[in-house]
Amino acid sequence: MARISVKVDGASYSDDVEPRMLLVHYLRERLGKVGTVVGCDTSNCGACTVHLDGRSVKSCNVLAVQADGHEVTTIEGISSGEELHPVQEAFRECHALQCGYCTPGMIMQAIDLLNENPSPSEEGIRHGLEGNLCRCTGYHNIVKAVQKAAGSDLEGAQQ
Amino acid sequence: MTVTEPTTEKREIGAARRRKEDQRLITGRTRWTDNIQLPGMLHVAMVRSPFAHARIVAIDTAEAEQAPNVVAVLTGAQVAGEQGGLITAWPVTPDQKTPDHPPIAVDRVTFAGEVVAVVVARSAAEARDAAELVDVEYDELPAVLTLEEAEQDTVHAHPDLGTNKSATWVLDSAQQGSGGDVDEAIEEARRNGVVIEREYRQQRLIPAFMEPRSFVCDPTGEQITLWSATQVPHIVRFALAATTGVPESKIRVIAPDVGGGFGGKLQITPEEWIVFLAARRLGRPVKYTETRSESLVSGHHGRDQVQRLTLAATKDGRVTGLKVELLADLGSYAALVGGGVPVLGAWMFNSIYKFDSYRFTTHNYYTNKTWVDAYRGAGRPEATYAIERLMTELAAELDVDPIEIREKNWIKHEEFPFTTVAGMTYDSGNYEAATAKAMELFGYDELREEQRRRRESNDAVQLGIGVSTFTEMCGLAPSRILGQLNYAAGGWEHADIRMLATGKVEVITGTSPHGQGHETAWSQIVADKLGVPFEDVEVLHGDTQISHRGMDTYGSRSLVVGAEAVVRAADKVIEKAKKIAAHMLEASEDDLEFRSGRLEVRGTDKGLTIQEVAMAAFHAHDLPDGAEPSIDGSATYDPDNFSFPHGTHLCAMEVDTETGATTMRKYVCVDDIGEIINPMIVEGQVHGGLVQGIAQALWEEAVYDDSGTLVTASFVDYTLPTAADTISFQTDHTTTPATYTSLGTKGVGEAGTIASTPAVVNAIVDAVRHLGVDDIVMPCTPERVYKAIRAGAGTGDATARDASALGGDAPRDASGQAHFSPGAEENADPGSTGSEGGQQ
Ligand code: FES
Ligand code: FES
Repeated sequence: MARISVKVDGASYSDDVEPRMLLVHYLRERLGKVGTVVGCDTSNCGACTVHLDGRSVKSCNVLAVQADGHEVTTIEGISSGEELHPVQEAFRECHALQCGYCTPGMIMQAIDLLNENPSPSEEGIRHGLEGNLCRCTGYHNIVKAVQKAAGSDLEGAQQ
Repeated sequence: MTVTEPTTEKREIGAARRRKEDQRLITGRTRWTDNIQLPGMLHVAMVRSPFAHARIVAIDTAEAEQAPNVVAVLTGAQVAGEQGGLITAWPVTPDQKTPDHPPIAVDRVTFAGEVVAVVVARSAAEARDAAELVDVEYDELPAVLTLEEAEQDTVHAHPDLGTNKSATWVLDSAQQGSGGDVDEAIEEARRNGVVIEREYRQQRLIPAFMEPRSFVCDPTGEQITLWSATQVPHIVRFALAATTGVPESKIRVIAPDVGGGFGGKLQITPEEWIVFLAARRLGRPVKYTETRSESLVSGHHGRDQVQRLTLAATKDGRVTGLKVELLADLGSYAALVGGGVPVLGAWMFNSIYKFDSYRFTTHNYYTNKTWVDAYRGAGRPEATYAIERLMTELAAELDVDPIEIREKNWIKHEEFPFTTVAGMTYDSGNYEAATAKAMELFGYDELREEQRRRRESNDAVQLGIGVSTFTEMCGLAPSRILGQLNYAAGGWEHADIRMLATGKVEVITGTSPHGQGHETAWSQIVADKLGVPFEDVEVLHGDTQISHRGMDTYGSRSLVVGAEAVVRAADKVIEKAKKIAAHMLEASEDDLEFRSGRLEVRGTDKGLTIQEVAMAAFHAHDLPDGAEPSIDGSATYDPDNFSFPHGTHLCAMEVDTETGATTMRKYVCVDDIGEIINPMIVEGQVHGGLVQGIAQALWEEAVYDDSGTLVTASFVDYTLPTAADTISFQTDHTTTPATYTSLGTKGVGEAGTIASTPAVVNAIVDAVRHLGVDDIVMPCTPERVYKAIRAGAGTGDATARDASALGGDAPRDASGQAHFSPGAEENADPGSTGSEGGQQ
């Protein structure tokens, strides 16, 4: 067991974890942050994407102990109450989700993409989301949502 | 029942309402089965067979039982009497051969990945660790790994059945009186017309829903509760009761948030049965969530057919006959729909066309591979692919435009209702309108012109245009027809509407959405039917304790069948409300009319809202004699017919003739799905469907190696398309309402998938046809395209197809998906699509 201290969605946690525990399992099973999900066992699908110190990572690809002393933001931490993050809003507005399983990871990746490049081309968006699989939407509306969010004020709603 | 019809306002129906479901899903407040944690919950890990076919000699569980925090290790032999079995709902013929399917294999494994033992431990990680310690001794048996081997019938997937053939099912237009004799038509065409003969391969696909399947069973209550990532909670409940002996009334099945299905969660699964069994045996809650690799190897696969096809036509291109012979791989067991999947294609090979004669035969075979069942479209994509490829080949043979040949053969819009050569009556459609609109959006003539220029200049990058004019049968299904087809259940759907005292409305549907947006669409429908605000409607589903009757969600049935039940329930609400309102308003019932949520006395301003009547029914202080104190309505609806959405899809592909690389340039589709409830949701369904169909054409294939191991058992090797692989689509609609449904809807869930695969392959073949190519095996990888071009170029007039068929020394299938190991490729395909054909 190793002791870690980590800030998740603004709250501080201290826990003993097994060294082999993945960050995604720590979030889901220990903290109840079940908004972040697991879609594969080969780091291909991106369903588990969260932000570690503000950059997107696949949380199935990070050990919980590696998050020690760092700050994690999940889908549950990007908006407060009824006020949605502009990317969340754009996903709803553009019907960029169906079953919603890929959605948390997709939104977290899209935010990272827009932080890097606030006005990406369609191609830029498509390549930026390449590591996140969606089986429902055919990506068409996800691309539209990111384009729409790019036109809105991202700064205001950033954590 | 038409109580509401004349006065229903369409404020909500047709509006692009943003979805009610989304608020939770975009903020992570979700209810996936794997989220569930219960006090004292145990976790299951599966021990799976590494062999495709083997006898289980012995299982040593001692070491696993000693591992930390292991509670139990179960083997099939231990639980043989109580584990129940997995049943097929569709034995397609009375003499179908159906092997028993125990959830945990008892004495023999029949595919690599089958469960042989189960470890239950306090944590999932401990269960998995202990599963490694279970020692199984196998005696390997010869395995049947391809359809060709299955057809030869020398090695058997199930030795005790004595044959690999499950059933042969035939539809013959001459026999059933819906058309002429196909053999005569073919003979006549050999003398005086054109005969096109082809063999196409529907490769094996994997549904690959994004949420891995997960099951939690809590046996500690009065009822045993099973949470399941399923499309079919009602079917699961029925089948559990039918096969385990637990009374149906003691089982509650809940499908909470379910992350996609596409047919892949239309199943009763070994893992579900095992969780149910373990929980009952141990008296504690039990959970199992599969890994992605387990999902790919043990969740059912889709497609997997060899299609032997003969099309007869006159010299001027009128089709006189179509003969279809399928070999269908069921995998090692008859799954829930199982042998019925290829049968569903029987009415669709003739598609939108007026053929004189038709015979459809499917030979269903068992192999020692993962079982095969419904995957988006189920039988209909396979049929559509075959006929849309054939019509294109006929056009090429006669040197006419592929649209012209279709137009010559399709049912004209004034000819509806039309009974097809397969015996289905299509109620409505307008193929001319959809095609005209699609061609205009596409810029058909301009692209043909560009194609001509590139051919003339011998451009390295050639352009091809693919056409697919499709129809499908949706709205599964009229129970009467299912009965005739030997299907074990009905096809009706149920709905309840509860009018709450406070004016809110609860709608209970027997359908079970998992991404389709029923909460939103059903709310729109009820808001219009009852004249209540959209926001006041709550749609409940997916829990057999709330939604006690239902047939669930698949086959584009939810709107066409399920929402019709909702409409009828709403009609009953109004009828009941009318009685009470007449009494309250001291008017005759006949003088009341229902308009925009109010029951009004005709010609006066006197009236009551439906919510006021709901409150009066709740008080029940002053009701007419004999009236019950409720205006709730229930309806179970059984459709009279299927619905027949259709559409025209056009695809432009660029093919680099030097590398075989293909690029999608443009994709336009105009679908006629009847009336549209929510155009935004409809478009989403089309987009997602398109990419799944395009993926079959270009990327996806479940590949096995020589020993029957699934090579594509992770997302590294089973290549789902990413955002970077796909393009934005142009979608549009024409509308001819369905005449069998009161809403006029036809269903849209599968349209994109069904239509797009042949559109893409037709486009690729069209780009390189002048190089001597007339077929490329799916998925059309750059390597396969490249090799087809090379084979075509070397043979002058002969086709690539003929060339590869004649190449006796060549490997059975020289081309393969680039990222798979060469050893695996050979197994992936039955061979090139060679059979002699052409003009006779
Ligand atoms: S769960 Fe698939 S990438 Fe993390
Ligand atoms: S919305 Fe279902 S996987 Fe993306």
